[in-house]
Amino acid sequence: MAKGNRKVPDINSSSTADIAFLLLIFFLITTSMDTDRGLVRKLPPPPEKDQKQTDMVAKKRNVLIVKINMNNEIMCGDSYITVDQLKNRVKEFILNENGDENLPELSEKNIPIFGKVMLTAKHVISLQNDRGTSYDAYIGVQNEIVAAYNDLRNEVSQKQFGKSYSELTEDQQAAVRQYYPQKISEAEPKSYGGK
Amino acid sequence: MGKFNKSGKKEMPALNTSSLPDLIFTLLFFFMIVTTMREVTLKVQFRVPSATETEKLEKKSLVTFIYVGKPTQEFINKMGAGTRIQLNDAFAEVSQVQDYIIQERANMAEADQPFMQVSLKVDKDCKMGIVTDIKQALRQAYALKINYSAAQRQ
Repeated sequence: MAKGNRKVPDINSSSTADIAFLLLIFFLITTSMDTDRGLVRKLPPPPEKDQKQTDMVAKKRNVLIVKINMNNEIMCGDSYITVDQLKNRVKEFILNENGDENLPELSEKNIPIFGKVMLTAKHVISLQNDRGTSYDAYIGVQNEIVAAYNDLRNEVSQKQFGKSYSELTEDQQAAVRQYYPQKISEAEPKSYGGK
Repeated sequence: MGKFNKSGKKEMPALNTSSLPDLIFTLLFFFMIVTTMREVTLKVQFRVPSATETEKLEKKSLVTFIYVGKPTQEFINKMGAGTRIQLNDAFAEVSQVQDYIIQERANMAEADQPFMQVSLKVDKDCKMGIVTDIKQALRQAYALKINYSAAQRQ
């Protein structure tokens, strides 16, 4: 017998591709690619059981009431508006640049980095909806209110730091958040008329 | 002159497929990394509304999902066409939401419990009534951080 260096025969690897395909298809089916995004909100804690129903009396000028009825019509303050107008109404309300009598009162507030500033610290946006309101309309309104706050935060970030809000450091973001805290109150649910 | 070999059948050389498995593996790894396992089989169908100010949902392990919508075709005979809530793999009533949240929280690591988040995946044609009920239940269960699932729109 010749002692030639015998080659080990190659393992037939033509089916590796098929095996990999099977795995690929398995993962395609069982997984989903959706990146979850959404509007983040914070709910108020539940009312205490023995708590008296004493409504916090807020001055009328400090509250912007946004109502959505069962036909998805939006009322802001005391006039009907469309969703597109809401953002500007909310911004105008929070800013109150000219110290208007009917817009929230300005008071001095001490904020890190910014120092003393005049803000409408007591403003509240009260959102009320009917049980028949569609979820789509509700999210639309929530979105516009958050958009108004984000716009204002970006503006003040640009002015103070020359950057947009998302590019600021943690401390700076916290200061901006104190400058424009989100004050959205959702009323205890009520059912206004009919289903 | 040039020889034209007419009689000899020239076979097309076989395509070299030795790198095919590598290609497929690359694809496989790509999908394994960018996708997440589906944890529940959906029994309700929903199309989430769209919004411009969405934020990304961080840390999936802290998030509990509540699905609200109409039952899928499969269950529409059994459950009717009304809006239903799905918790985990089963249909549920509003009254079960609170217990479900408390149980889910108990299953989480103690250090993570304060950071629990609830993601509401609600069909955009739903009425607010059922959403309000769920929100009340979440308040009672002290699950106060919520996320209205929405698609990003420009």
